[in-house]
Amino acid sequence: MTGRRDGRPLVPAYLSTGGVARPSRSHLERLSVLTGTRTPAPAGLPAAQLALLDALDEGSLTVVEAAALLRLPVSAIRVLAADLIDRDLVLARAPIPPAGRFDPDLLKRVADGLRALKHI
Amino acid sequence: MAFAPSSTSSAPRTPTGDVHLPDTARDLVKILVAGPFGVGKTTLIDSVSEIRPLHTEEPLSEASAQVDDLAGVRDKSTTTVAVDFGRISLPGGVVLYLFGTPGQERFRALWDDIAYGALGALVLVDSRRIDASFDVLGLVEESGLPYAVAFNAFPDAPRHHTREQLRAALDLEAGTPMVTCDARDADSSVDALLALVQHLIDRNAPEDAR
Ligand SMILES: Nc1nc2c(ncn2[C@@H]2O[C@H](COP(=O)(O)OP(=O)(O)OP(=O)(O)O)[C@@H](O)[C@H]2O)c(=O)[nH]1
Ligand SMILES: [Mg+2]
Repeated sequence: MTGRRDGRPLVPAYLSTGGVARPSRSHLERLSVLTGTRTPAPAGLPAAQLALLDALDEGSLTVVEAAALLRLPVSAIRVLAADLIDRDLVLARAPIPPAGRFDPDLLKRVADGLRALKHI
Repeated sequence: MAFAPSSTSSAPRTPTGDVHLPDTARDLVKILVAGPFGVGKTTLIDSVSEIRPLHTEEPLSEASAQVDDLAGVRDKSTTTVAVDFGRISLPGGVVLYLFGTPGQERFRALWDDIAYGALGALVLVDSRRIDASFDVLGLVEESGLPYAVAFNAFPDAPRHHTREQLRAALDLEAGTPMVTCDARDADSSVDALLALVQHLIDRNAPEDAR
C-alpha cells in the first residue's frame, strides 16, 4: 500500500470526490464490505478513486476502515466507492442480511465468540 | 495510557497492523460504546480490539446530509469529531465492531448514522458523575437501541451507592443489565459486552422460553 503514514491525508478532502455527483447504487453502510474486482483501472481515474482502489488491492475493507486509512470522512468514501461500483471496479456487500441483527443464531454466535475470547 | 493494568488484569490484546478483513469474515455486526467525555470509551475499545485503534474524523454539520452533499467536506472550517472504532474477529465468521460514540445531544445526526443497524449499545457510566450520562441515555432510548449499563471502575468512585440507588438515579428499567467493569482490562470489557449480548438474546427469546 502506498498510503502515507505521516498523518496527512492522501488526498485533500476538497478534491477527494473529483466532481463525482451522487452514488447511483444502494446505500453504503459504515460496515458495507468493499472488494476490488481486480479489473485494470481506466486511465484518468481521479487520484482519490485510485487511492481507494490501491487500499483494496491487499484485501477487502469496510467503508469505515477505508475512511480511517485514507483519512477521509465516511461520506466521502461513500461517494468514491459508489463511483467505483458503477465502473465495476469495486463490489460492495451488506454487512449482514437484512433483519439479520434480530437473528437468534447470529446473537448466539456473538455471545459464544466473546466467551471463547476469554480463554485465549 | 495513564494507568498500567494491575498484575491481576488480563493484558490488552496485541493488535495487528493490517486492517484488511480476514477471509473468514462473513457477518459484520456492531455495538456502540457510548458515554460522556472521558468515561473510558476509547480505553475499552483499545483493550479488546484486534486492529490498532482507528478513527474517522466526522464533520458535524454534514453528518445528516445526503451523501452527495459534500459541502461540509469542502469547508475546512467545519468542526469535526473523532469517532474511534475497533474490531474483534470471532470464531464462526462473525466480526464485531465497536464504535466509540460521543453522547452529547449535538451529535445526534452523527449518532443516528453510526447507530444504523447496530445490535445495541454499551453505555459507560462514571459513578462520580452520573448526571453526565443523562444525555447519552436519552439518545440511546430515543433511537430504540437495546442497551446495558457498565459502571467504569475509577479508583475514587463513591462506594456507598447501592445498585438500587444507581438504577434509580439513572431511571433504568428493571430489565436493563447493570455491570461494573474496568475498561483497561480486556476480560472485564468482554464481560461487559457479554452482559449486553446476553440481554439481546433474552429479549428476543419468546416469552415461554424464558
Ligand atoms: N481507573 C480507571 N481508569 C480508566 C478506566 N477507563 C478509562 N480510564 C482512564 O480514564 C481516562 C479517559 O479514558 P478514555 O478512554 O480516553 O475516555 P473516552 O470516553 O474515550 O473520552 P473522550 O474520547 O474524550 O470522550 C484515561 O486516562 C483512561 O486511562 C477504568 O475503567 N478505570
Ligand atoms: Mg475517546
